[in-house]
Amino acid sequence: MRNQIMELVKITIDGKTVEVEKGATIYDAAKLIGIDIPTLCYMNMGDMNIKHNPGGCRICVVEVEGRRNLAPSCVTPVMNGMVVNTHSVRVLNARRTVLELMLSDHPFDCLVCAKSGNCDLQSLAQRLGIREIPFQGEQSTYRKDTSPSIIRDMDKCIMCRRCETMCNQVQTVGALSAVNRGFQAVVAPAFEMNLDHSPCTYCGQCISVCPTGALTEVDHTRQVINALADPKKTVIVQTAPAVRVALGEEFGMEPGTIVTGKMAAALRKLGFNYVFDTDFAADLTIMEEGTELLGRLNKFLAGDKKVKLPILTSCCPAWVKFFEHNFPDMLDIPSTARSPQQMFGAIAKNYFAEKINVKREDLVVVSIMPCVAKKYECSREEFSTNGNPDVDYSLSTRELAQFIKQANIDFNSLDDEDFDRPLGESTGAAVIFGTTGGVIEAAVRTAYEIHTGKKLDKVDFQQIRGLENVRSASVDVDGFELKIGIAHGLGNARKLLEDIRDGKSEFHAIEIMACPGGCIGGGGQPYHHGDTSILKARFKAIYREDAGKTIRKSHENPYIIQLYKEFLGKPCSELSHHLLHTKYFDRQDDVFVD
Amino acid sequence: MHLLVCGGTGCRASESSAILDNLKSVLEENNLENEVQVVKTGCFGFCEKGPIVKVLPDNTFYTQVKPEDAKEIVNEHIIKGRKVNRLLYLNPESKEHVSDSKHMGFYKKQIRIALRNCGFINPENIDEYISRDGYEALAKCITEMTPAQVIDVIKRSGLRGRGGAGFPTGLKWEIASKSVADQKYVVCNADEGDPGAFMDRSVLEGDPHSVIEAMAICGYSIGASKGLVYIRAEYPLAIERLKIAIGQAREYGLLGEKILGTDFAFDLELRYGAGAFVCGEETALIHSMEGLRGEPTVKPPFPAERGYLGKPSNVNNVETFANIPVIINKGPEWFSSIGTEKSKGTKVFALAGKINNVGLIEVPMGTTLREIIFEIGGGIKDGKKFKAVQTGGPSGGCLTEKHLDTPIDYDNLIASGSMMGSGGMIVMDEDDCMVSIAKYYLDFTVEESCGKCTPCRVGNKRLYETLDKICHGNGTMEDLDKLRNLSNVIRDTSLCGLGQTSPNPVLSTLDNFYHEYLAHVKDHKCPAGQCKALMQYTINPEACVGCTACARVCPVNAISGERKKPHFIDTTVCIKCGACFEKCKFDAIYIN
Repeated sequence: MRNQIMELVKITIDGKTVEVEKGATIYDAAKLIGIDIPTLCYMNMGDMNIKHNPGGCRICVVEVEGRRNLAPSCVTPVMNGMVVNTHSVRVLNARRTVLELMLSDHPFDCLVCAKSGNCDLQSLAQRLGIREIPFQGEQSTYRKDTSPSIIRDMDKCIMCRRCETMCNQVQTVGALSAVNRGFQAVVAPAFEMNLDHSPCTYCGQCISVCPTGALTEVDHTRQVINALADPKKTVIVQTAPAVRVALGEEFGMEPGTIVTGKMAAALRKLGFNYVFDTDFAADLTIMEEGTELLGRLNKFLAGDKKVKLPILTSCCPAWVKFFEHNFPDMLDIPSTARSPQQMFGAIAKNYFAEKINVKREDLVVVSIMPCVAKKYECSREEFSTNGNPDVDYSLSTRELAQFIKQANIDFNSLDDEDFDRPLGESTGAAVIFGTTGGVIEAAVRTAYEIHTGKKLDKVDFQQIRGLENVRSASVDVDGFELKIGIAHGLGNARKLLEDIRDGKSEFHAIEIMACPGGCIGGGGQPYHHGDTSILKARFKAIYREDAGKTIRKSHENPYIIQLYKEFLGKPCSELSHHLLHTKYFDRQDDVFVD
Repeated sequence: MHLLVCGGTGCRASESSAILDNLKSVLEENNLENEVQVVKTGCFGFCEKGPIVKVLPDNTFYTQVKPEDAKEIVNEHIIKGRKVNRLLYLNPESKEHVSDSKHMGFYKKQIRIALRNCGFINPENIDEYISRDGYEALAKCITEMTPAQVIDVIKRSGLRGRGGAGFPTGLKWEIASKSVADQKYVVCNADEGDPGAFMDRSVLEGDPHSVIEAMAICGYSIGASKGLVYIRAEYPLAIERLKIAIGQAREYGLLGEKILGTDFAFDLELRYGAGAFVCGEETALIHSMEGLRGEPTVKPPFPAERGYLGKPSNVNNVETFANIPVIINKGPEWFSSIGTEKSKGTKVFALAGKINNVGLIEVPMGTTLREIIFEIGGGIKDGKKFKAVQTGGPSGGCLTEKHLDTPIDYDNLIASGSMMGSGGMIVMDEDDCMVSIAKYYLDFTVEESCGKCTPCRVGNKRLYETLDKICHGNGTMEDLDKLRNLSNVIRDTSLCGLGQTSPNPVLSTLDNFYHEYLAHVKDHKCPAGQCKALMQYTINPEACVGCTACARVCPVNAISGERKKPHFIDTTVCIKCGACFEKCKFDAIYIN
């Protein structure tokens, strides 16, 4: 296809003539010549294969000569000789009226809205200079729906339906779709049941793309502030790998800026007694999951027909909930290793607490995550002892940024600080957990050396890296060809899972991340407003951080070695099975109508 | 001899099934069951005077027949050869009985092409359809003509889509025929949803084979082997008859593999709609058939390129299909000789509202509204004055006296601020408030909007609310400007035909009845006396005798006064129920 000469069409937009490929839309063509037509429902993350253009909001309408009505530019293909006006009086009046209509059915609580300052509707109202709403009338009201991770406040829904595309087309979760008709139409779970009775995985991709405050995360900042204020409590914090490459955006830094040191300094200023790193637990995950992989592989190589291969990674809570809902017949395939967040919690409350002589109940573990599903994960019953959770509160990257601003900390001028020891030491292998392909690359680094007893010449496995939806790679492990599959986005994961169910999968190990891009694109990250260059910048930053580490293989982390020596014994020991592994549940019956 | 009994939904509701049974048993009692055949037919159209029983061969047209009249019809007409005069239609002007429908004002100006068999044949008997040239067109197409030739005939006939938009049918077929795909579909849109309209239902109930035959012809022309009829589940009788007809056509080898011995294969399936008006829009209809939410998507791609299950699909309305076999049989020249320059053939209308002859009519394009309302429709009920006629269903416009002599076709109706739509025609008289009428239609579109695009979802709601405000006497002059601007924007920016036309009732009433809006806004009066909030019941003290009847019937004790002295209504308490007005024997209560 690439060799074929694309057919070009010539069109005139606002007096400027431009040649574009046949099939392009008026919106695309305008963009080429620097005309930014405003939109609300349109979303095009071409690099990630995510496109949403229902032509529903009607904000992007333009005037096309010879056409009876106005044309939605985001879905109207260009035609040769087309003459388009994007700002005629007719267009400006129509666009403004449509926005006024939208606002006439929207709450006026911007002052206290979680999305204020980050809201596409708000910025558009500002851009179009709306000062009053000429239409008064009924406003649609819906029951507010709170789940462990996500709040749905559908009074603020403008029916752009981006969330629906993320939930159905991209993630194939099917928790959200349009219900009701006309003025009452809204996006909701089937029968307008609560989200926690739906197959929602809490991946939070709906939040990532919501242009208004209709979908937001449950805010736990207040609980964390209270814990920090409680003199009886020792409050420790862990930060996930993908947070450090995105947090800077909230403070005006270029996407891809690495702020690990500033983040540690800020957390210390906020009053956390110990500033630790989830990366430490990521190294621990590799020890456990890598050993499990080697165990299954060895059995397989010894001719055991019953061994479950491929092994699937299990660090992503949205992915775990996804297979519990959709593949309950395959619960024995994923690794039993807990996620790094939960491994950290278990080690903190069972090992570190004792080390610093603090009672479990008096130790509060807070996690900073690029994710909203982590809130749900730490609330899962199996991750608590006598009602006391291993991880008490999980804050998203956005909540942390807000917390820092609230505490008058000038983030940009902070000097870099290091994490505390012992649970703050980590390797480059742990950092790359933050992007798609990272977990499996880290596992390969360790599994290779343990299995072969040889040193890796090169720790960078370029063949595993990338942002394509589904990738496969093979790694030569001393003559054995280890076949690896990688998927990010649950829709892509579903394809690999269906292959396994049909007996068509050739992989030995598969890494799955629920969010497109992996954790760098997590539902708790700073809003990217559909700009994929931001995701790419974070992606590159993750590997820069890895390359800058002196130790880049999990099994070489000295504090991990010490942990096994002092406490756990060896990977997959009885104690580590008790503390670091988990089991999965059939969640088909969790979906019901109230 | 034949006795044709109307089996349409309207006449069935008036016990026409019992008439049929009674006729049969009376004939049996007289041992006439072999001489006289009783046939259940489709709708005759003259629903105002239903149930209809027609006697053949003398064409006697009995109206408003009751089950107990069966005996008299058999004893008098069949046995003694004397017409039952009391059941004949009475010409309202000459006051004479009319026996043959040909001489009735209602039928005189009609030409029946789409409805050619309705009221003539038993729709549940394929032989009766075949005896009236049924399936001849299909045979001709698949044995003597190439697909391109068939399309050419349809193109030359000038037939345009009867569902509302009036897109040239032949051109639509041609586009679909040129799409390349392993599977194509012919879709029949039987999702008739306009309030008061029943054109498609009558065709399907009265002549289902004409649609089946046409769909097969379309399948042959565009290269589709599968057809789907999307029909609303609220049409059980049409569904039943369609099912029977499909079964019979399969039995006769007119559907299925190797039709009439050729290599052409075609079969039909039914898909049921849940009654959403928007599913009449072709993309919404297709999504509904696919099991998705019934809401439209942007065109292009058109269904002819990417339709049902992503395959090229040709969607036509029931009435459009019903015209096809006749065009093939009689030729495109014959068809295009009927009608106006740009609108050929006939159009079926469902005539309703304040009109004497409510019913289903089919007239040549170019017939004027005056002919339809005053000649076919018999004028306005109760001798009242004509005020407006609303054409094109809920999103059509209201036309007035000045439009009465405009020949009706697609283009003239649009130029007048209304549209053809699928053929609803509702007549209004002097008692109708045009602001309320606009509000009524907006209420419908607000209810039926799918909610996908902003202008239709929120805009129509705001239009409705503003109209409601005006009807309550709270409107301002600014509101009138807002109504117009908002209507124009909704029309200009909505995604599908529903939103693009929903403001028509507002715009056309603003254009043609602005004085009524002004009366509501400036004088706080409803000239037609329909807006309850603007009504005021008052007692004329000179006419009131103090009988106290009104005070006793008032449910909120708003009326006071001593016996034998004039009474008084406290308007702050009055709920305007009208009970006193009804009760007063002395015409002492009047409405302001």
